[in-house]
Amino acid sequence: MTLPEPFRLLAYLAGVMAFVGLNAAYLVWVERKGAARFQRRPGPTEVGPAGLLQPLADAAKLLSKQLLVPPDADRTLFRLAPVMVMAPALMCLATIPFGQALGARSLDLGLVMVFAFGSINVMAIMLGGWASRNKYAIISAARIVSQNVAYEIPMMLVVITLLMVTGTTNLQEIVEGQAGGFWRWNVFDLVANPLMPVTFVIYFICMLAETNRAPFDMAEAESELVAGAFTEYAGMGFGVFFMAEYANILVGCSLGAILFLGGWQSPFGVFSGVGWFLLKLYALVFTVVWVRWTFPRTQFYGLLNLSWKILIPVSLGILVLTSVMLKLF
Amino acid sequence: MSAGFPGVTLWAEIIFVISALTMLAGALVAVMAHRIIRSVCGLALCCIGLAGLYAFLRSPFLALMQILIYVGAVCITIVFAVMLAEPDEPAEPTSGHGEGVWLACALLVAAVVGWGLATLVVKGPWATPVERVAEGSVKAIGIALLTTHSLAFEVVSVVLLVAIVGALAIAHGGRGAAR
Repeated sequence: MTLPEPFRLLAYLAGVMAFVGLNAAYLVWVERKGAARFQRRPGPTEVGPAGLLQPLADAAKLLSKQLLVPPDADRTLFRLAPVMVMAPALMCLATIPFGQALGARSLDLGLVMVFAFGSINVMAIMLGGWASRNKYAIISAARIVSQNVAYEIPMMLVVITLLMVTGTTNLQEIVEGQAGGFWRWNVFDLVANPLMPVTFVIYFICMLAETNRAPFDMAEAESELVAGAFTEYAGMGFGVFFMAEYANILVGCSLGAILFLGGWQSPFGVFSGVGWFLLKLYALVFTVVWVRWTFPRTQFYGLLNLSWKILIPVSLGILVLTSVMLKLF
Repeated sequence: MSAGFPGVTLWAEIIFVISALTMLAGALVAVMAHRIIRSVCGLALCCIGLAGLYAFLRSPFLALMQILIYVGAVCITIVFAVMLAEPDEPAEPTSGHGEGVWLACALLVAAVVGWGLATLVVKGPWATPVERVAEGSVKAIGIALLTTHSLAFEVVSVVLLVAIVGALAIAHGGRGAAR
C-alpha cells in the first residue's frame, strides 16, 4: 500500500514526531534504570511493572504544574526557547533513513540539513538561559556557547573527512555505500583512512559535548549552577527541555549509526532492515547513558582544552591523511 | 515537490508569502527591539525567512547554508558577545530634540531607496539565467567555486586570514598590556 506522496510525507512526519515523543519519554526511564544499575540500586520500580509507567506519571505531574514565568524574565523569549529546542530535532529526524524505504524524505543535502538545524539548538538553550535573567542561567548560557563553538569544529572536520570518503551528502546513499557486511562500514574503512575508528570516537565525543551530556554537561552542572539554563523553568517548560535533550541524543546517535555503522545494513550482508538500524541506534544511546553515569563531570578548562588542543589537531590530521590516502589509492 | 500534490502552485505561493512575511517580521523586530538580544533574534528570524526564499527558488544548498552559517554561527557569536558586554537593563529610549528631523531624514532616504529599487525591479531588464547550475547541487557549487570563481574564493579566504591574524594580534596585545 503506497499513499500519494504528500500524504505519505505527512504520515511519516507524524510518525517521526511520535517516535521522538515515545523515545524522549522512555529514554528517561532507560536513563534512570541505567543509572540505578551502574550504582547498584533498583531505580524506578513502583509505577507499573519494573517502573515502566513512570514516564507517564512524570508527564502527568509536569503537565499539571503551573507554568511560571519569573517577573524579570523576557517573557516572549522565555516561552519560545523550549519550542526552539524541540523543533530542530524533529526537522533533523525527517531526513534520517530508518530503513531502505523507511524515511520521511530522502534529501540530497540530508547531512547538511541535519547540521543546519542542529545548530539552532544551541541558540535556543542560550536564549532560554538569557531570557531567565538569572545569574546561574546566564553563566550556563555563556558556557553552552563556548562549549558548542569549540566542539562544532572537530565535529565538522570529522564529517568533512567522512564526506570525502562517501562522496555524497544524501544519507540514504551513504548507507547504501556501506552495503555488504560490517567490514564495509565506514568505521572499518581502513583503506580510505587507517584512523577511521579514531574518527568515530571523535565524532562520539563531539556528539556528547554538543548534546550537553556528562561528562560535558557544564551547562546543567547541578552541583554549581542549580540547573543552569533551565533553573527558572517550571512544569512542562522544563519537561520540553528534558525531552529535547533526548531528541538531540537520538539525532546524534542516528547520525553516528548512519555515517559510521552502516545504518540499516546488516553486519553479515543479508537480512538488512530497520531492526539493525534500531539496534545500532539504541546501542549508541545506551553507550551515551553508560558514559554519563561512569565518568564524573570534567572541569570547564579541561573540556575546552580537550577540544582545542587534542580533538581539533587530531581531526585536522585525519582530514589531511584521508585526502592523501584518497589521492594515492 | 513531486507531482500529485493538490494545488502545487498555490502551495508554492503560500510558502513564498510565509517566507517573505517571516523575513519582514524578523527585520522589523531586529530594527525596533530595545534589547539587543531581541534584535539578534529578529536577525535570526529574518535569516530563516531568507532561507525559505532560497528554498523557494530551488537552491536548497544556499538555504541550508544560510541557516547553518547565519543562524547557527553568526547570530550565536553576536549573542555571545552581547551577553558578555550588555548592561542588565536596556537604556531608556531618549526622546531628545531633533527627533522629528531625523525621522524625516530617515523617511526620505527610505523613500528614495525604495523608489529606486522598485523602478529597477519593474522597469529594468531581467537578465535570463544563462544556465541552471544543476539545481544548485553541492558538486556544481564545488566545481564552480574551484574553477570559474576561484579568484573570489581565494580572496574570501584572505579576508578570513586577515580576520584571524587581527584577532590574534588584538588578543596578544591585550595579554601583554595586562602583564
